[in-house]
Amino acid sequence: MSFLYEKSLSEIRSQLLAKELTVTEVVEACLKRIEETEPSIQALISVQAEEALEQARAMDEAGPDESKPLWGIPLTVKDLLCTKGTKTTCGSKILENFEPFYDAFAIAKLKEAGAILIGKANMDEFAMGSSTENSAYKATKNPWDLNKVPGGSSGGSAASVTASQAFGTLGTDTGGSIRQPASLCGCVGIKPTYGRVSRRGMVAYGSSLDQIGPMTRSVEDNARMLQVIAGHDERDSTSVDVPVDDYLAALNREDLKGLKVGLPKEFWAEGLDGEVEAACRAAVAKLEELGAELVEVELPHSSYAIATYYIIAMAEASSNLARFDGVRYGYRSDNAQDLLDIYVKSRSEGFGDEVQRRIMLGTYVLSSGYYDAYYKKAAQVRRLIREDYLKALEQCDVLVGPASPVTAWNVGELTSDPLKMYLMDIYTISLNLAGLPGLSLPVGLGADSKMPVGLQLLGKEFDEATLYSVASLLEKNTEKLGTPAGL
Amino acid sequence: MSITPERVAQIAKLARLELDDEKQRLFAGQFEDILSYMDTLNGLDTAGTEPLYSPVEQPTPLREDKAEKRFEREDIVSNAPETDGQFFIVPKIV
Repeated sequence: MSFLYEKSLSEIRSQLLAKELTVTEVVEACLKRIEETEPSIQALISVQAEEALEQARAMDEAGPDESKPLWGIPLTVKDLLCTKGTKTTCGSKILENFEPFYDAFAIAKLKEAGAILIGKANMDEFAMGSSTENSAYKATKNPWDLNKVPGGSSGGSAASVTASQAFGTLGTDTGGSIRQPASLCGCVGIKPTYGRVSRRGMVAYGSSLDQIGPMTRSVEDNARMLQVIAGHDERDSTSVDVPVDDYLAALNREDLKGLKVGLPKEFWAEGLDGEVEAACRAAVAKLEELGAELVEVELPHSSYAIATYYIIAMAEASSNLARFDGVRYGYRSDNAQDLLDIYVKSRSEGFGDEVQRRIMLGTYVLSSGYYDAYYKKAAQVRRLIREDYLKALEQCDVLVGPASPVTAWNVGELTSDPLKMYLMDIYTISLNLAGLPGLSLPVGLGADSKMPVGLQLLGKEFDEATLYSVASLLEKNTEKLGTPAGL
Repeated sequence: MSITPERVAQIAKLARLELDDEKQRLFAGQFEDILSYMDTLNGLDTAGTEPLYSPVEQPTPLREDKAEKRFEREDIVSNAPETDGQFFIVPKIV
């Protein structure tokens, strides 16, 4: 590794503590890297260069603080996490000038841990999309091939960390929005158990599905970040008060003897692209070589997951996004005459097409006469889907499958067909319905496309430690993807 | 089921949105596709299954009912499109 910016978060931490590097040098290296790569990948909506350098100088003056697990580490975060005094747009025109006066819980935790926020990452508007083409500001490109999408909705985050603009980033995952872009860009992304990370200060999309999680270039880096942001928050009523495991301690596993790995047969069936299957099967074979026992399991309601997910997510979105009324914050139309006009015109001019589609479909499935047929029905199927997972996980410790049925597709390929785009989430969304944790790990490049392939490891409630231990050992036994070919 | 552009306009009204004719037609076709796909759930018998609305089925935690000042008024109105520093301002209603 010849460049400072390419190092892992863990390496940079050691060097900062040993005073082999100053925080200023590290921040400058990242800012320079942003300048070099941003014109091609368009991963960030805003860059906080001045503030970051100022903070770096103060930290250098004070000297290293080992008690802070992310001391002096530059990070980017998805632009729907509220950052005090720094614009938080959610990729939407409606929040173009929104400047939160408080930090999201996860952001406050990163800052307490000594991290330096240097940029806010692009995303599909309000996290609604699978390709980061639905942003009101720009379309992010995949660092492996600038003609391809990075996945979404945390595509800006995935591209940013993959292109080494920062040593880690936060994304959010409502139906795969961390794991799928991690897979398409070739980085490590985890969606923690629902309730593991507080959602306070994360702009809500689907409140019963959303979770924040780190995206990094290595499993160890990821574990370090989750350790910081996980934990109970009494101001998020869905945050669960269970102890946080020691994730770094979980990384020392030497083999997988005694570990049972379940292969859900529905994840390895028709619709899975050949090169993705081949790369994932090779990784599964490695798990077996390392001592794991493979068992086939079933998730019989999988085929209903996409319909269930979109009904629930759109219903929750229509309710959550009702708050954008042009009165308390956000865009207000200049063409409005009366109060109703303010609501209607501000929302119609401020929201993009995909957001409008989802709000309207959500309104429809919740409306009188359709509620039982759609929303209640979906909530019932959701229980069956969760029960499938719980049953499967009685027979094994983790489940594995591909994170995405295909590698990254071409820019513009699916934008005119929303349903086809939704179907891309096939392997990720059922986990959000179940509330369980999942991690995507790069396991190779597709034989034909030469684009990254991610293997998804799914675990038991609050058992992120096992996911990290298995992913870490598999990572050590997998050839690194190398430098992204598009840069 | 058939989603007409008129039906789309009706849903938009409920959602406090307004769409031009072209978008109404575009959305009508797309909604038709998406809702037909969602109708696949009808093939599944869910009689007797309790709906699951959240993966965390813990009761809402309660705290002591004590007022606490967490934010300043000026912060709360700081992002308002129109304010006098004390209140959110909207056009005259009555």
